[in-house]
Amino acid sequence: MTTPVTMPQLGESVTEGTIARWLKAEGDEIEKDEPLAEVDTDKVNAELPSPVAGKIEKLLVSEGDTVDVGTEILLVAVAGEEDESPTAEVPPRESADGEAPAEESPVAETTTELVSGDGAEQRTVAEANEDSGGDGRGEVRDAETLRLTRSSPVVRRLAEKHDVDIQEIPGTGTGGRVTKKDIEGYIEEREAEREAAPAVAATTTAPEREEETAAPEQERVPIYEGDRVVELTSIRRAIAERMSRSKHEAPHAWSMVEVDVTGLVALRERRKEEFAEREGIKLTYLPFIAKAVVESLKEHPVLNSVWDVDRIVIRKQVNLGVAVDLEDALIVPVIPDADELNILGLARKIDDLVTRARNRQLGPDDVSGGTFTVNNPGALGSMVSVPIINHLQAAILSAEAVVKRPAVVDDAIAVRSMMNLEVSFDHRVLDGGAALRFLNAVKRRLESYTLESDLA
Amino acid sequence: MATKNLLQAIHDGLVEEMRADDTVMIMGEDVGKAGGVFRVTEGLADEFGPFRAMDTPLAESLIVGSAIGLSVNGMRPVAEIQFADFIPPAFDQIVSEAARFYYRSNGAWNVPLTIRAPYGAVPGGALYHSQSVEAWFCNTPGLKVVAPTFPGDAKGMLKSAIRDPNPVLFLEHKRTYRLIKEDVPEDDYVVPLGEARVHREGMDLTVVSYGLMLYQVLEVAGRLSEEHGIEVEVVEPRMLYPLDKETILASAKKTGKFLVLSEANLTGSVSGEIAAIVAREAFEWLDGPVMRVGAPDVPAAPFAKPMLDFFVPSSEKIEAAMLELARY
Repeated sequence: MTTPVTMPQLGESVTEGTIARWLKAEGDEIEKDEPLAEVDTDKVNAELPSPVAGKIEKLLVSEGDTVDVGTEILLVAVAGEEDESPTAEVPPRESADGEAPAEESPVAETTTELVSGDGAEQRTVAEANEDSGGDGRGEVRDAETLRLTRSSPVVRRLAEKHDVDIQEIPGTGTGGRVTKKDIEGYIEEREAEREAAPAVAATTTAPEREEETAAPEQERVPIYEGDRVVELTSIRRAIAERMSRSKHEAPHAWSMVEVDVTGLVALRERRKEEFAEREGIKLTYLPFIAKAVVESLKEHPVLNSVWDVDRIVIRKQVNLGVAVDLEDALIVPVIPDADELNILGLARKIDDLVTRARNRQLGPDDVSGGTFTVNNPGALGSMVSVPIINHLQAAILSAEAVVKRPAVVDDAIAVRSMMNLEVSFDHRVLDGGAALRFLNAVKRRLESYTLESDLA
Repeated sequence: MATKNLLQAIHDGLVEEMRADDTVMIMGEDVGKAGGVFRVTEGLADEFGPFRAMDTPLAESLIVGSAIGLSVNGMRPVAEIQFADFIPPAFDQIVSEAARFYYRSNGAWNVPLTIRAPYGAVPGGALYHSQSVEAWFCNTPGLKVVAPTFPGDAKGMLKSAIRDPNPVLFLEHKRTYRLIKEDVPEDDYVVPLGEARVHREGMDLTVVSYGLMLYQVLEVAGRLSEEHGIEVEVVEPRMLYPLDKETILASAKKTGKFLVLSEANLTGSVSGEIAAIVAREAFEWLDGPVMRVGAPDVPAAPFAKPMLDFFVPSSEKIEAAMLELARY
């Protein structure tokens, strides 16, 4: 029996995935859960485990291709399964196992050649004989592929009537098919848009109006000799989309405070070797910042919230996102229920997420559900930055580099370890006052560390 | 109005027609003295006597054959086949004689005959008490095949069938005899033959069904509306042959998704005919494959309960098919 494997949904709101690399080839025997391919989505890069054991009959998607969730990406011949239909008919030959049973009846023996052999070959032959399966260019595809690329009669009729390119419409049907509802919604939306701009339409002449209704194509930059054109990876595209969306939708406001972290620096210096030896991980400033942030979010929950169309949803859970630089990209793994962890717990969790992010081993769950994000450009030496809010969250915090600076302490000038701390926030959700009360709460916590503080 | 089940409604229809018209009579195995194996004809022998509520030998060919003779001689007989499974001996009389009489005599004779037959799977019914035989008769021009599901329709359509100048095969799903109850008018009314009924309106898909399956389809449709927001339009043909193509096609064109569901085995079924009509005449409106659900092609409804449960499309199978089509 041939079982199709589909592109899985690798996280909430993930709608497509790119086959970065096939790890198996056609004809390979595979075990259940054995990795089949590396899949890039806009959130994670993941290995795709096989849902079944069997032999790979056909890879339906090429490396580098992006397909919708639910699209069939390969066919696996599952061994040893009988046709389940309880009819009295002889089971179809295609479903027979490759190895003919030892006690074949004489009648069956005459067809042994058909029964044995590679299932994929038989399929090809069967398809080649199927005249109606062609696409008009001499290429023969199976019914499944046709189902996904062809439109139903009603969709084609509506597309012709309303002059719509079906491929422009995002499909919600099985495997991304464009359904009648999809095209009706699309046409309705287009009509509404046209109606919304009657003033423009009224003053233009007919030919111009036609141009306007054509899909607007953005003007490309000129390309000069030696320029290199880089196609977007799905993660790059996702970052581009999220960042633009956040900047477009959320009115950003920004504030900064200076934090005197001399005590924290001393504490870290004193404990870092012993900590590294005992725990096997480096003691950085990040867990301290994370803990101060999480505790301050509990005090000022409005920063741990989401703008929801026309209302604000304040999250109970504190799931802290930590921005991790990957040289060619940025990813934000999430520490779920970060308020339940102490410094050691946070340090371990951050180390684990950063390591896995760098090795591209994060799973869908690792990058979803964040309620607030901490950005740590200070690790790269930044002094001031204006972060863009991680879309739909209410705010993001940036922690800058710790540097020694002359500072005024008790009316005297002293050399202190200083750090800038900033927050960008969605001004629809909160105002500067709330943002600064939060920032000052973080500051107060970070400044309270001394040589004697414990790492709990 | 009074709440009646399907049995009572059919009983009432018979009694009312017999009281109103002296030529109306019933005949069949145990329909007189015993009042019918399902008690449909209870009391009729007492009220109308042994000649208008006539017990017959166990010979279906004779029941239908003599009913044809009576009908061309001024009577309006209602012949009962005790179980539709027993109808094959009468097949020749129904198909070769009753259905063709008017045609053969160039309109000189007509056969105002009604043949009632309980059909459909019931637990324990097995080979001789559970079959769905409608397809055998649905390619016989000259015959009308009706299969109402709800008591009100059944009473009104039985009256229409008795008054109809043509032979009508009147199928009653026996599993729904006591299952389905509704308010049935007590005055004289008829439901015309040949009009399909839209039980609920919806935009997402059309399901055509009849008999016990219709009852389950309506349940599942309610659930899909509540749980998934999927609005199913449910159409009951009521007359299986000839079909009310207009109502069926209008619904198929409206929703673009079309499923036929019946308890009969699929190959050569009424479902196949309905699907073919829609595939041809609503093609440009379709937004998914025309789908059918039915019983597997096995020789008969099985006796063993687990096998029967597999044989008759379950609510789960119905729901799965409807969801698949809605999401297609």
